Amino acid sequence: METGPKNAEKLPPLLLLHPDDNILVARRDIAAGERVEVDGESFSMPAAVELGHKLARRALAADTRVLKYGAPIGSMKVAVGRGEHVHLHNLRSDYLPSTSREITDTH
Amino acid sequence: MNALAKTSPTLKGFPRRDGRKGIRNVVAVAYLVECAHHVSRLIVQKSGADDVHLIGFPGCYPNKYSLEMMQRLCTHPNVGAVLLVSLGCEGFNREQLRRSIAASGRPVDLLVIQQSGGTTRTLNAGLEAVRKMRAELAKQATVPMALDELIVGTVCGGSDGTSGITANPAVGRCFDWLIEAGSACIFEETGELIGCERIMASRAITPELGREIEACVDKAANYYRIMGYGSFAPGNAEGGLTTLEEKSMGAYSKSGSSPISGLIKPGDVPPRGGLYLLDVVPDGEPRFGFPNISDNAEIVELIACGSHLILFTTGRGSVVGSAISPVIKVCANPDTYDRMADDMDVNAGRILRGAELDDVGREIFSLVERVASGEPSKSEALGHQEFILTYKQFEPIGPACLPAA
Repeated sequence: METGPKNAEKLPPLLLLHPDDNILVARRDIAAGERVEVDGESFSMPAAVELGHKLARRALAADTRVLKYGAPIGSMKVAVGRGEHVHLHNLRSDYLPSTSREITDTH
Repeated sequence: MNALAKTSPTLKGFPRRDGRKGIRNVVAVAYLVECAHHVSRLIVQKSGADDVHLIGFPGCYPNKYSLEMMQRLCTHPNVGAVLLVSLGCEGFNREQLRRSIAASGRPVDLLVIQQSGGTTRTLNAGLEAVRKMRAELAKQATVPMALDELIVGTVCGGSDGTSGITANPAVGRCFDWLIEAGSACIFEETGELIGCERIMASRAITPELGREIEACVDKAANYYRIMGYGSFAPGNAEGGLTTLEEKSMGAYSKSGSSPISGLIKPGDVPPRGGLYLLDVVPDGEPRFGFPNISDNAEIVELIACGSHLILFTTGRGSVVGSAISPVIKVCANPDTYDRMADDMDVNAGRILRGAELDDVGREIFSLVERVASGEPSKSEALGHQEFILTYKQFEPIGPACLPAA
C-alpha cells in the first residue's frame, strides 16, 4: 500500500480533520505563494508552512476558540487572516502554558 | 475485523507459575542502588547475550513504590530468571525482593558486593550465575499462547503535528481489534490527556469510573501546574503542536474507540481483556519531581502492569527500546521515516501520502502477532534496552476504578 511521491503530489496539501474545525493541517511542507484551495476558494499562501503545522481556515478574531479534531485546543491571542500560520505566537493554551528551551526565572 | 482475529496465528509463550505467559525469556540483572550499577552493567556486557537485560533502581532511600515496581518487573512474564546485585549498605529491601522472585518459581540469585569482595569477584560470580540461569532457561519450551493472554501498552514520544493524524489513530484501530480478540490494552500519561477528560469519562463502562477518570486528569493538571511545566517538550512545538490540549487530543486517539474498562496505577495488572487507562501521576503533593522524567519511565510502568510489548508512536523520531518487553516503533511523520527508517517498524506517515488508516492499523496488528511470537522489533534488534525507575508515591486504586474485576 506504499503510495509514491508522484501520487502524493496530487493530494490536496491541506487537511480538514473535522467539519467543525477552524484550522487546517499541512499534509506536507507548503511554500509561500503556493496556490491552495480552502472550502472551494483558491488563494495564495501568505507564508511557508511546514508539514504538521496549522493554518487558519478563515479569519479568526482574538479570543476565538480554536477547534482541531472538532475539539478545542486553545484560544487565539490575536486576530489572524485566512491562511496564516497558527502557532505559539498567536495561539494560547486554555490549560497550561507551553514550554520552550529557554529556562525562565520560575524554573 | 472478526475474521482477522479468528484466523490469526497462535502466539508462542513461556508458561509461568502464576498462569501468565511470557513472549520472551529474559535474564534480568538488577542493581539495587546506583553504587551497584557499574558491576551489574559489566555482568550484562560481558555475558555477551542479547537476552540478559539490565534493570535497577538508583536510590539509597527505601521507597514502597520502587520495591513494588521491582517486584512486578522481576516477576514479569517475559522474565525467566533474575540476578540481584546489591552494594550492601543501601536501603533497598533486597531480601523481600529475593523472596518474592523465588516464590514466583524463577531462578534468583543475590550478590552483595561488600560481601563478595568487590568489583572483580562480584563480576566473576555474576557471570557464573548468569551462565547457569541461561542454561536453565534454554531447557524451557514455549507453549501456544492466544491473543486473550496478551497485554499491550502504548506510549507516544517526540510527538508532532502528524502524530494525532497518522500513527496514534492507527494504533487506536489496532487496539480496537486486539480488544475484540480478548487482549488487554493499556494507554497512559494522564498529564498528556488534559483536555480530553470529559470525552474519556463518557467512554467508561460505569459512571463511577468516569468520575474517577475525570478526577485523575484533574490531579494531573494540578500536579503539572505546581511543577511549572506541562508535559510538552520544545520539539513538540517545532513539529507543529502548539498547546498541551492539542497534544492531548492527538495522544488520546491511541486509545481507539473501545469502552474504558478500568483505571489502573503502576504495577496493577489488568484483570481481563479490555481497554485500561494507566494513571502515572503520583498521589498527594509533588514530592519527588516530575511524574515521569522521560518516555522510558512510562514504558517501565506499562511493563510493570504486565505489558508484553509496547507500541511506541513518534513523530519527531525516537530511537528507544526497553529492557524486558519489546518496543514496536510506529512513525507518524513520513519525512522522519525517510530519515530514520532503520529505527522504525511501521511507516504510519504514509497515510499523509494517500495510504488508508485501516491498512496501517492492520500492519501494526500483524506485527504485534509476529513480535509476540518471537520476531525481534527494530529497537530490540538494535540492542535498545533503556530502563529508568525513580521515586514516586501512590495510594492504591479505589473500588470504582475496576468495576468488572
